[in-house]
Amino acid sequence: MRHLLSIADLTRDDIERILDRAAAFEEVSDRDIKKVPALRGRTVLNLFYEASTRTRSSFELAAKRLSADVVNFAASGSSVEKGESLKDTVLTLTAHSPDAIVIRTPNAGAAALVAGWTTAAIINAGDGKREHPTQALLDVHTLRRKLGSLEGRNIWIVGDVAHSRVARSNVLAFRMMGAHVTVCGPPTLIPRGIEALGCEVRYDLDDLREADVVYALRMQHERMDQHFVPSLREYAAQYQINGRRLGPRQVLMHPGPVNRGVELSGEVVDSPQAVITMQVKSGVVVRMAVLYEVLAGGAPSLRQRPARPTARQLA
Amino acid sequence: MTDPKVVLDSEDMRRTLTRLAHEIVENGGDADRLALVGIHRRGAVLAARLRELLADLHDIDVPLGDLDISFYRDDVTTRTGAPVVHATHLDFDVDARTIVIVDDVLFTGRTVRAAIEALFDYGRPARVQLAVLADRGHRELPLRPDYVGKNLPTARGERVYVRVTELDGEDSVTITEPAAAAA
Repeated sequence: MRHLLSIADLTRDDIERILDRAAAFEEVSDRDIKKVPALRGRTVLNLFYEASTRTRSSFELAAKRLSADVVNFAASGSSVEKGESLKDTVLTLTAHSPDAIVIRTPNAGAAALVAGWTTAAIINAGDGKREHPTQALLDVHTLRRKLGSLEGRNIWIVGDVAHSRVARSNVLAFRMMGAHVTVCGPPTLIPRGIEALGCEVRYDLDDLREADVVYALRMQHERMDQHFVPSLREYAAQYQINGRRLGPRQVLMHPGPVNRGVELSGEVVDSPQAVITMQVKSGVVVRMAVLYEVLAGGAPSLRQRPARPTARQLA
Repeated sequence: MTDPKVVLDSEDMRRTLTRLAHEIVENGGDADRLALVGIHRRGAVLAARLRELLADLHDIDVPLGDLDISFYRDDVTTRTGAPVVHATHLDFDVDARTIVIVDDVLFTGRTVRAAIEALFDYGRPARVQLAVLADRGHRELPLRPDYVGKNLPTARGERVYVRVTELDGEDSVTITEPAAAAA
Protein backbone atom coordinates (compact mmCIF):
# COMPACT_ATOMS: atom_id res chain seq x y z
CA MET A 1 0.00 0.00 0.00
CA ARG A 2 1.51 3.29 -1.05
CA HIS A 3 -0.84 5.91 0.40
CA LEU A 4 -3.78 5.88 2.78
CA LEU A 5 -6.22 8.35 1.27
CA SER A 6 -9.60 6.68 1.65
CA ILE A 7 -11.12 3.59 3.20
CA ALA A 8 -12.57 2.91 -0.25
CA ASP A 9 -9.05 2.14 -1.51
CA LEU A 10 -8.71 -0.74 0.96
CA THR A 11 -9.94 -4.30 0.93
CA ARG A 12 -11.07 -6.29 3.93
CA ASP A 13 -7.76 -8.17 3.75
CA ASP A 14 -5.84 -4.89 3.92
CA ILE A 15 -7.78 -3.81 7.00
CA GLU A 16 -7.25 -7.14 8.71
CA ARG A 17 -3.55 -7.13 7.93
CA ILE A 18 -3.09 -3.61 9.27
CA LEU A 19 -5.08 -4.32 12.42
CA ASP A 20 -3.32 -7.63 13.10
CA ARG A 21 -0.11 -5.69 13.00
CA ALA A 22 -1.61 -3.07 15.31
CA ALA A 23 -2.23 -5.89 17.79
CA ALA A 24 1.49 -6.73 17.62
CA PHE A 25 2.29 -3.09 18.34
CA GLU A 26 0.08 -3.22 21.42
CA GLU A 27 2.67 -5.48 22.99
CA VAL A 28 5.30 -2.82 22.24
CA SER A 29 3.18 -0.14 23.90
CA ASP A 30 2.85 -2.20 27.06
CA ARG A 31 6.51 -2.67 27.81
CA ASP A 32 9.05 -0.46 29.54
CA ILE A 33 10.87 0.56 26.38
CA LYS A 34 7.99 1.49 24.09
CA LYS A 35 10.06 1.80 20.98
CA VAL A 36 11.21 -0.40 18.12
CA PRO A 37 13.72 0.57 15.43
CA ALA A 38 11.45 -0.43 12.51
CA LEU A 39 11.41 3.00 10.81
CA ARG A 40 14.76 4.32 11.96
CA GLY A 41 16.04 7.02 9.65
CA ARG A 42 12.65 7.75 8.09
CA THR A 43 11.11 11.21 8.32
CA VAL A 44 7.42 11.75 8.92
CA LEU A 45 5.97 15.18 8.32
CA ASN A 46 2.81 16.18 10.14
CA LEU A 47 1.07 18.84 8.06
CA PHE A 48 -2.01 20.12 9.87
CA TYR A 49 -4.15 22.87 8.43
CA GLU A 50 -6.80 22.36 11.10
CA ALA A 51 -6.80 22.19 14.85
CA SER A 52 -6.18 18.70 16.16
CA THR A 53 -5.05 17.40 19.50
CA ARG A 54 -5.44 13.66 19.53
CA THR A 55 -4.85 12.86 15.86
CA ARG A 56 -1.66 14.91 15.60
CA SER A 57 -0.26 13.79 18.94
CA SER A 58 -1.06 10.14 18.29
CA PHE A 59 0.59 10.27 14.84
CA GLU A 60 3.60 11.92 16.44
CA LEU A 61 3.79 9.31 19.17
CA ALA A 62 3.25 6.49 16.66
CA ALA A 63 6.11 7.72 14.47
CA LYS A 64 8.41 8.15 17.47
CA ARG A 65 7.67 4.66 18.79
CA LEU A 66 8.82 3.34 15.42
CA SER A 67 12.02 5.44 15.73
CA ALA A 68 11.11 7.72 12.81
CA ASP A 69 11.93 11.43 12.95
CA VAL A 70 8.94 13.74 13.12
CA VAL A 71 8.53 17.27 11.86
CA ASN A 72 5.35 19.04 12.92
CA PHE A 73 3.99 21.75 10.72
CA ALA A 74 0.91 23.64 11.84
CA ALA A 75 -0.68 26.16 9.51
CA SER A 76 -1.08 28.81 12.19
CA GLY A 77 2.17 30.61 12.88
CA SER A 78 3.71 29.47 9.59
CA SER A 79 4.20 30.72 6.06
CA VAL A 80 0.60 29.75 5.34
CA GLU A 81 -0.47 32.86 7.24
CA LYS A 82 1.76 34.82 4.91
CA GLY A 83 -0.29 33.58 1.96
CA GLU A 84 1.59 30.52 0.77
CA SER A 85 -0.55 28.05 -1.20
CA LEU A 86 -0.92 24.39 -0.28
CA LYS A 87 1.10 23.36 -3.31
CA ASP A 88 3.97 25.73 -2.56
CA THR A 89 4.02 24.65 1.08
CA VAL A 90 4.14 21.00 0.11
CA LEU A 91 6.88 21.59 -2.48
CA THR A 92 8.92 23.56 0.06
CA LEU A 93 8.57 20.90 2.71
CA THR A 94 9.31 18.17 0.19
CA ALA A 95 12.77 19.65 -0.03
CA HIS A 96 13.32 18.07 3.39
CA SER A 97 12.60 14.75 1.65
CA PRO A 98 10.04 13.31 4.06
CA ASP A 99 9.18 9.63 3.58
CA ALA A 100 5.60 10.15 4.68
CA ILE A 101 3.32 13.17 4.99
CA VAL A 102 0.39 13.05 7.35
CA ILE A 103 -2.01 15.72 6.21
CA ARG A 104 -5.19 17.29 7.54
CA THR A 105 -6.94 20.03 5.65
CA PRO A 106 -10.42 21.60 5.60
CA ASN A 107 -10.68 20.79 1.87
CA ALA A 108 -12.08 17.53 0.54
CA GLY A 109 -9.67 15.74 -1.75
CA ALA A 110 -6.60 17.73 -0.69
CA ALA A 111 -4.73 14.63 0.46
CA ALA A 112 -5.18 12.99 -2.94
CA LEU A 113 -3.94 16.17 -4.65
CA VAL A 114 -0.83 16.28 -2.49
CA ALA A 115 -0.10 12.65 -3.39
CA GLY A 116 0.47 13.84 -6.95
CA TRP A 117 2.95 16.56 -5.97
CA THR A 118 5.47 14.57 -3.99
CA THR A 119 7.11 11.17 -3.86
CA ALA A 120 6.33 10.75 -0.14
CA ALA A 121 3.64 8.37 1.10
CA ILE A 122 0.53 10.38 1.97
CA ILE A 123 -1.68 9.56 4.92
CA ASN A 124 -5.00 11.36 5.01
CA ALA A 125 -5.67 12.54 8.56
CA GLY A 126 -8.94 14.20 7.61
CA ASP A 127 -9.83 16.16 4.47
CA GLY A 128 -12.76 18.45 5.09
CA LYS A 129 -16.04 16.59 5.36
CA ARG A 130 -14.83 13.74 3.17
CA GLU A 131 -12.80 11.09 4.98
CA HIS A 132 -10.76 10.31 8.06
CA PRO A 133 -9.52 6.78 7.35
CA THR A 134 -7.25 6.25 10.37
CA GLN A 135 -10.15 7.09 12.70
CA ALA A 136 -12.23 4.39 10.99
CA LEU A 137 -9.39 1.88 11.31
CA LEU A 138 -8.90 2.57 15.01
CA ASP A 139 -12.65 2.28 15.57
CA VAL A 140 -12.71 -1.10 13.82
CA HIS A 141 -9.70 -2.10 15.92
CA THR A 142 -11.47 -1.06 19.14
CA LEU A 143 -14.59 -3.02 18.17
CA ARG A 144 -12.57 -6.09 17.23
CA ARG A 145 -11.00 -5.97 20.68
CA LYS A 146 -14.34 -5.41 22.37
CA LEU A 147 -16.62 -7.71 20.36
CA GLY A 148 -14.23 -10.07 18.56
CA SER A 149 -15.76 -9.50 15.15
CA LEU A 150 -18.01 -6.97 13.45
CA GLU A 151 -19.70 -9.61 11.28
CA GLY A 152 -23.48 -9.22 11.50
CA ARG A 153 -23.37 -6.52 14.21
CA ASN A 154 -25.73 -3.57 14.14
CA ILE A 155 -23.96 -0.26 14.36
CA TRP A 156 -25.84 3.02 14.69
CA ILE A 157 -24.02 6.23 13.85
CA VAL A 158 -25.95 9.04 15.49
CA GLY A 159 -25.75 12.81 15.14
CA ASP A 160 -24.20 15.32 12.79
CA VAL A 161 -23.54 13.01 9.83
CA ALA A 162 -23.50 15.85 7.29
CA HIS A 163 -20.38 17.51 8.65
CA SER A 164 -18.65 14.32 9.67
CA ARG A 165 -15.74 12.82 7.77
CA VAL A 166 -15.62 10.21 10.52
CA ALA A 167 -19.13 9.05 9.60
CA ARG A 168 -18.22 8.58 5.95
CA SER A 169 -15.03 6.62 6.60
CA ASN A 170 -16.69 4.57 9.33
CA VAL A 171 -19.73 3.57 7.28
CA LEU A 172 -17.36 2.27 4.61
CA ALA A 173 -15.10 0.46 7.05
CA PHE A 174 -17.87 -1.05 9.20
CA ARG A 175 -19.66 -2.28 6.07
CA MET A 176 -16.46 -3.77 4.71
CA MET A 177 -16.02 -5.70 7.96
CA GLY A 178 -19.50 -7.18 7.66
CA ALA A 179 -21.57 -4.98 9.98
CA HIS A 180 -25.04 -3.49 9.31
CA VAL A 181 -24.80 0.27 9.56
CA THR A 182 -27.59 2.73 10.28
CA VAL A 183 -27.07 6.47 10.30
CA CYS A 184 -29.44 8.57 12.37
CA GLY A 185 -29.92 12.28 12.99
CA PRO A 186 -32.12 15.25 12.20
CA PRO A 187 -32.95 15.40 8.45
CA THR A 188 -30.95 18.62 8.10
CA LEU A 189 -27.82 16.81 9.26
CA ILE A 190 -28.20 13.68 7.10
CA PRO A 191 -26.74 14.26 3.63
CA ARG A 192 -28.97 13.27 0.75
CA GLY A 193 -27.88 10.07 -0.95
CA ILE A 194 -25.86 8.70 1.97
CA GLU A 195 -27.65 5.36 1.43
CA ALA A 196 -25.34 4.92 -1.54
CA LEU A 197 -22.60 4.02 0.94
CA GLY A 198 -24.64 0.97 1.91
CA CYS A 199 -26.24 2.16 5.14
CA GLU A 200 -29.80 2.61 6.37
CA VAL A 201 -31.14 6.02 7.35
CA ARG A 202 -33.37 6.83 10.34
CA TYR A 203 -34.53 10.16 11.64
CA ASP A 204 -35.38 9.19 15.21
CA LEU A 205 -33.93 7.01 17.95
CA ASP A 206 -37.07 4.85 18.42
CA ASP A 207 -35.32 1.64 17.33
CA LEU A 208 -31.97 2.40 18.93
CA ARG A 209 -32.29 -0.70 21.10
CA GLU A 210 -31.58 -2.92 18.06
CA ALA A 211 -28.03 -1.53 17.94
CA ASP A 212 -25.07 -3.48 19.30
CA VAL A 213 -22.91 -0.41 18.99
CA VAL A 214 -23.95 3.23 19.30
CA TYR A 215 -21.49 5.61 17.67
CA ALA A 216 -22.26 9.20 18.59
CA LEU A 217 -20.83 12.03 16.49
CA ARG A 218 -19.80 15.44 17.72
CA MET A 219 -22.00 18.42 16.84
CA GLN A 220 -19.54 20.37 14.71
CA HIS A 221 -20.35 23.98 15.48
CA GLU A 222 -17.24 25.16 13.66
CA ARG A 223 -18.34 23.69 10.33
CA MET A 224 -21.93 24.96 10.56
CA ASP A 225 -22.32 28.14 8.57
CA GLN A 226 -26.08 28.19 9.05
CA HIS A 227 -28.60 26.86 11.53
CA PHE A 228 -29.18 23.17 11.02
CA VAL A 229 -30.99 22.61 14.31
CA PRO A 230 -33.23 25.05 16.21
CA SER A 231 -30.92 24.90 19.21
CA LEU A 232 -28.45 22.55 20.82
CA ARG A 233 -30.95 22.04 23.63
CA GLU A 234 -33.58 20.96 21.15
CA TYR A 235 -31.09 18.65 19.45
CA ALA A 236 -30.14 17.14 22.81
CA ALA A 237 -33.77 16.52 23.71
CA GLN A 238 -34.29 14.42 20.59
CA TYR A 239 -30.93 12.86 19.80
CA GLN A 240 -28.76 12.90 22.88
CA ILE A 241 -27.51 9.47 23.94
CA ASN A 242 -28.23 9.33 27.65
CA GLY A 243 -28.73 6.74 30.37
CA ARG A 244 -32.36 6.35 29.42
CA ARG A 245 -31.66 5.58 25.77
CA LEU A 246 -28.47 3.53 26.08
CA GLY A 247 -28.92 -0.12 27.00
CA PRO A 248 -26.60 -1.93 29.40
CA ARG A 249 -25.23 -4.26 26.72
CA GLN A 250 -24.66 -1.66 24.04
CA VAL A 251 -21.18 -0.37 23.28
CA LEU A 252 -20.84 3.40 23.17
CA MET A 253 -18.26 5.09 20.95
CA HIS A 254 -17.40 8.69 20.15
CA PRO A 255 -14.52 10.06 18.06
CA GLY A 256 -13.91 12.94 20.47
CA PRO A 257 -13.79 15.63 21.59
CA VAL A 258 -17.10 15.10 23.40
CA ASN A 259 -19.56 17.94 23.95
CA ARG A 260 -20.93 16.76 27.29
CA GLY A 261 -24.62 17.53 27.56
CA VAL A 262 -25.08 17.84 23.78
CA GLU A 263 -24.62 14.57 21.86
CA LEU A 264 -23.81 12.58 25.00
CA SER A 265 -24.95 13.05 28.56
CA GLY A 266 -22.24 13.14 31.19
CA GLU A 267 -23.38 9.88 32.77
CA VAL A 268 -22.94 7.77 29.61
CA VAL A 269 -19.50 9.22 28.90
CA ASP A 270 -18.38 7.82 32.25
CA SER A 271 -20.41 4.61 31.97
CA PRO A 272 -18.85 1.16 31.56
CA GLN A 273 -20.45 0.88 28.09
CA ALA A 274 -18.26 3.73 26.81
CA VAL A 275 -15.03 2.70 25.06
CA ILE A 276 -13.95 6.25 24.27
CA THR A 277 -10.60 6.04 26.07
CA MET A 278 -9.98 2.66 24.45
CA GLN A 279 -10.47 4.37 21.08
CA VAL A 280 -7.82 6.94 21.95
CA LYS A 281 -5.45 4.19 23.06
CA SER A 282 -6.06 2.26 19.83
CA GLY A 283 -5.17 5.44 17.95
CA VAL A 284 -1.44 5.11 18.60
CA VAL A 285 -1.07 1.40 17.74
CA VAL A 286 -3.26 1.64 14.64
CA ARG A 287 -1.31 4.66 13.38
CA MET A 288 1.92 2.77 14.04
CA ALA A 289 0.54 -0.02 11.88
CA VAL A 290 -0.47 2.43 9.14
CA LEU A 291 2.94 4.12 9.10
CA TYR A 292 4.59 0.71 9.05
CA GLU A 293 2.31 -0.37 6.21
CA VAL A 294 3.05 2.59 3.93
CA LEU A 295 6.76 2.85 4.79
CA ALA A 296 7.87 -0.72 5.31
CA GLY A 297 5.21 -3.31 4.85
CA GLY A 298 3.58 -2.70 1.53
CA ALA A 299 4.55 -2.98 -2.08
CA PRO A 300 8.03 -1.92 -3.14
CA SER A 301 8.45 1.80 -3.06
CA LEU A 302 8.09 3.58 -6.38
CA ARG A 303 10.82 5.90 -5.35
CA GLN A 304 14.30 4.55 -5.83
CA ARG A 305 16.22 4.72 -2.60
CA PRO A 306 19.97 5.18 -2.84
CA ALA A 307 21.14 1.59 -3.00
CA ARG A 308 23.25 0.50 -0.09
CA PRO A 309 25.73 -2.13 -1.20
CA THR A 310 24.67 -5.35 0.43
CA ALA A 311 27.23 -7.71 1.85
CA ARG A 312 26.21 -10.06 -0.90
CA GLN A 313 27.37 -7.64 -3.57
CA LEU A 314 30.57 -6.88 -1.72
CA ALA A 315 31.41 -10.54 -1.33
CA MET B 1 16.23 -30.33 -10.92
CA THR B 2 17.89 -32.24 -8.10
CA ASP B 3 15.93 -33.58 -5.21
CA PRO B 4 16.46 -31.88 -1.87
CA LYS B 5 19.13 -33.65 0.15
CA VAL B 6 17.98 -34.72 3.60
CA VAL B 7 20.68 -33.94 6.14
CA LEU B 8 18.67 -34.66 9.29
CA ASP B 9 15.62 -36.88 9.48
CA SER B 10 13.18 -36.89 12.37
CA GLU B 11 15.19 -39.40 14.42
CA ASP B 12 18.38 -37.34 13.87
CA MET B 13 16.54 -34.21 14.90
CA ARG B 14 15.29 -35.81 18.10
CA ARG B 15 18.81 -36.97 19.00
CA THR B 16 20.31 -33.59 18.14
CA LEU B 17 17.81 -31.66 20.24
CA THR B 18 18.41 -34.05 23.14
CA ARG B 19 22.13 -33.40 22.92
CA LEU B 20 21.53 -29.64 22.74
CA ALA B 21 19.40 -29.88 25.89
CA HIS B 22 22.25 -31.66 27.72
CA GLU B 23 24.75 -29.07 26.54
CA ILE B 24 22.55 -26.19 27.63
CA VAL B 25 22.36 -27.63 31.14
CA GLU B 26 26.12 -28.21 31.14
CA ASN B 27 27.15 -24.76 29.92
CA GLY B 28 24.16 -22.57 30.70
CA GLY B 29 25.18 -21.86 34.28
CA ASP B 30 22.74 -21.64 37.16
CA ALA B 31 19.63 -23.55 36.07
CA ASP B 32 17.41 -21.26 38.14
CA ARG B 33 18.46 -18.25 36.06
CA LEU B 34 18.11 -19.97 32.69
CA ALA B 35 15.46 -19.03 30.11
CA LEU B 36 14.80 -20.03 26.49
CA VAL B 37 13.68 -17.54 23.87
CA GLY B 38 12.79 -18.81 20.39
CA ILE B 39 12.77 -16.66 17.28
CA HIS B 40 9.53 -16.81 15.28
CA ARG B 41 8.48 -19.16 13.95
CA ARG B 42 10.54 -22.35 13.80
CA GLY B 43 12.95 -21.15 16.47
CA ALA B 44 9.98 -20.73 18.80
CA VAL B 45 8.88 -24.32 18.11
CA LEU B 46 12.39 -25.65 18.74
CA ALA B 47 12.66 -23.63 21.96
CA ALA B 48 9.42 -25.19 23.20
CA ARG B 49 10.81 -28.67 22.45
CA LEU B 50 14.06 -27.91 24.25
CA ARG B 51 12.08 -26.73 27.24
CA GLU B 52 10.21 -30.06 27.33
CA LEU B 53 13.48 -31.97 27.04
CA LEU B 54 14.99 -29.99 29.91
CA ALA B 55 11.96 -30.85 32.01
CA ASP B 56 12.01 -34.58 31.07
CA LEU B 57 15.73 -35.20 31.22
CA HIS B 58 16.88 -32.89 33.95
CA ASP B 59 13.72 -31.98 35.82
CA ILE B 60 14.45 -28.31 35.20
CA ASP B 61 11.58 -25.95 34.55
CA VAL B 62 12.78 -22.95 32.57
CA PRO B 63 10.71 -19.96 31.41
CA LEU B 64 9.99 -19.91 27.69
CA GLY B 65 9.47 -16.89 25.49
CA ASP B 66 9.27 -16.13 21.82
CA LEU B 67 10.47 -13.16 19.90
CA ASP B 68 9.25 -11.53 16.73
CA ILE B 69 12.04 -9.52 15.17
CA SER B 70 10.18 -7.97 12.21
CA PHE B 71 10.42 -4.50 13.71
CA TYR B 72 14.16 -4.88 14.32
CA ARG B 73 15.26 -6.08 10.91
CA ASP B 74 17.92 -4.11 9.05
CA ASP B 75 16.44 -4.83 5.62
CA VAL B 76 13.01 -3.23 6.00
CA THR B 77 13.88 -0.78 3.24
CA THR B 78 15.22 -3.31 0.78
CA ARG B 79 12.77 -6.16 1.15
CA THR B 80 9.51 -6.26 -0.69
CA GLY B 81 6.17 -7.64 0.36
CA ALA B 82 4.38 -7.31 3.66
CA PRO B 83 6.10 -9.18 6.47
CA VAL B 84 3.86 -11.33 8.60
CA VAL B 85 4.13 -10.00 12.10
CA HIS B 86 3.66 -12.15 15.19
CA ALA B 87 3.51 -10.75 18.66
CA THR B 88 6.41 -11.22 21.01
CA HIS B 89 5.73 -13.12 24.22
CA LEU B 90 8.18 -12.59 27.05
CA ASP B 91 6.21 -13.02 30.24
CA PHE B 92 9.19 -13.28 32.56
CA ASP B 93 11.74 -10.75 33.71
CA VAL B 94 14.86 -11.04 31.54
CA ASP B 95 17.01 -9.05 33.98
CA ALA B 96 20.01 -10.94 35.34
CA ARG B 97 19.08 -14.17 33.54
CA THR B 98 21.02 -16.34 31.14
CA ILE B 99 18.93 -16.14 27.99
CA VAL B 100 19.43 -18.82 25.36
CA ILE B 101 18.20 -17.56 21.99
CA VAL B 102 16.99 -20.47 19.85
CA ASP B 103 16.73 -20.42 16.07
CA ASP B 104 16.51 -23.04 13.36
CA VAL B 105 19.23 -22.00 10.91
CA LEU B 106 22.16 -19.68 11.52
CA PHE B 107 23.19 -18.01 8.27
CA THR B 108 24.34 -14.38 8.01
CA GLY B 109 23.73 -13.68 11.69
CA ARG B 110 21.51 -10.67 10.97
CA THR B 111 18.43 -12.27 12.47
CA VAL B 112 20.34 -13.00 15.66
CA ARG B 113 21.61 -9.43 15.83
CA ALA B 114 18.03 -8.20 15.56
CA ALA B 115 16.94 -10.69 18.22
CA ILE B 116 19.63 -9.48 20.62
CA GLU B 117 18.59 -5.89 20.05
CA ALA B 118 14.93 -6.79 20.63
CA LEU B 119 15.81 -8.70 23.77
CA PHE B 120 17.61 -5.74 25.30
CA ASP B 121 14.46 -3.64 24.95
CA TYR B 122 12.94 -5.93 27.54
CA GLY B 123 15.69 -5.66 30.12
CA ARG B 124 19.31 -6.45 30.83
CA PRO B 125 20.10 -10.15 30.72
CA ALA B 126 23.20 -11.33 32.61
CA ARG B 127 24.28 -13.39 29.62
CA VAL B 128 22.94 -14.19 26.16
CA GLN B 129 23.72 -17.48 24.44
CA LEU B 130 22.74 -18.84 21.06
CA ALA B 131 21.49 -22.30 20.19
CA VAL B 132 20.82 -23.28 16.56
CA LEU B 133 19.73 -26.51 14.96
CA ALA B 134 21.88 -25.94 11.86
CA ASP B 135 24.82 -23.63 11.22
CA ARG B 136 25.27 -23.19 7.49
CA GLY B 137 28.07 -20.61 7.62
CA HIS B 138 28.41 -17.41 5.53
CA ARG B 139 28.34 -15.12 8.56
CA GLU B 140 28.21 -11.39 7.93
CA LEU B 141 28.53 -10.43 11.57
CA PRO B 142 30.98 -11.38 14.32
CA LEU B 143 28.67 -13.95 15.93
CA ARG B 144 29.36 -17.49 17.07
CA PRO B 145 26.72 -19.93 18.31
CA ASP B 146 27.18 -21.55 21.75
CA TYR B 147 25.20 -24.68 20.88
CA VAL B 148 25.11 -26.14 17.36
CA GLY B 149 22.96 -29.06 16.31
CA LYS B 150 24.71 -29.66 13.02
CA ASN B 151 27.32 -27.82 11.01
CA LEU B 152 26.23 -27.71 7.37
CA PRO B 153 28.84 -26.49 4.91
CA THR B 154 26.75 -24.95 2.13
CA ALA B 155 27.18 -22.89 -0.97
CA ARG B 156 25.78 -19.41 -0.66
CA GLY B 157 23.00 -20.01 -3.17
CA GLU B 158 21.76 -23.22 -1.60
CA ARG B 159 18.67 -23.15 0.58
CA VAL B 160 18.40 -24.91 3.90
CA TYR B 161 14.90 -25.84 4.97
CA VAL B 162 13.99 -26.87 8.50
CA ARG B 163 10.60 -28.55 8.83
CA VAL B 164 8.95 -29.21 12.16
CA THR B 165 5.92 -31.38 12.86
CA GLU B 166 4.03 -28.57 14.60
CA LEU B 167 4.04 -26.36 11.49
CA ASP B 168 4.98 -28.55 8.54
CA GLY B 169 3.74 -32.02 9.45
CA GLU B 170 7.20 -33.60 9.62
CA ASP B 171 10.63 -33.16 11.17
CA SER B 172 13.50 -32.75 8.73
CA VAL B 173 16.39 -30.57 7.62
CA THR B 174 17.05 -30.48 3.89
CA ILE B 175 19.37 -28.67 1.50
CA THR B 176 18.16 -27.62 -1.92
CA GLU B 177 20.51 -26.86 -4.82
CA PRO B 178 20.44 -23.31 -6.19
CA ALA B 179 18.91 -24.44 -9.49
CA ALA B 180 16.14 -26.28 -7.69
CA ALA B 181 15.57 -23.38 -5.33
CA ALA B 182 15.18 -21.05 -8.28
CA ALA B 183 12.83 -23.40 -10.13
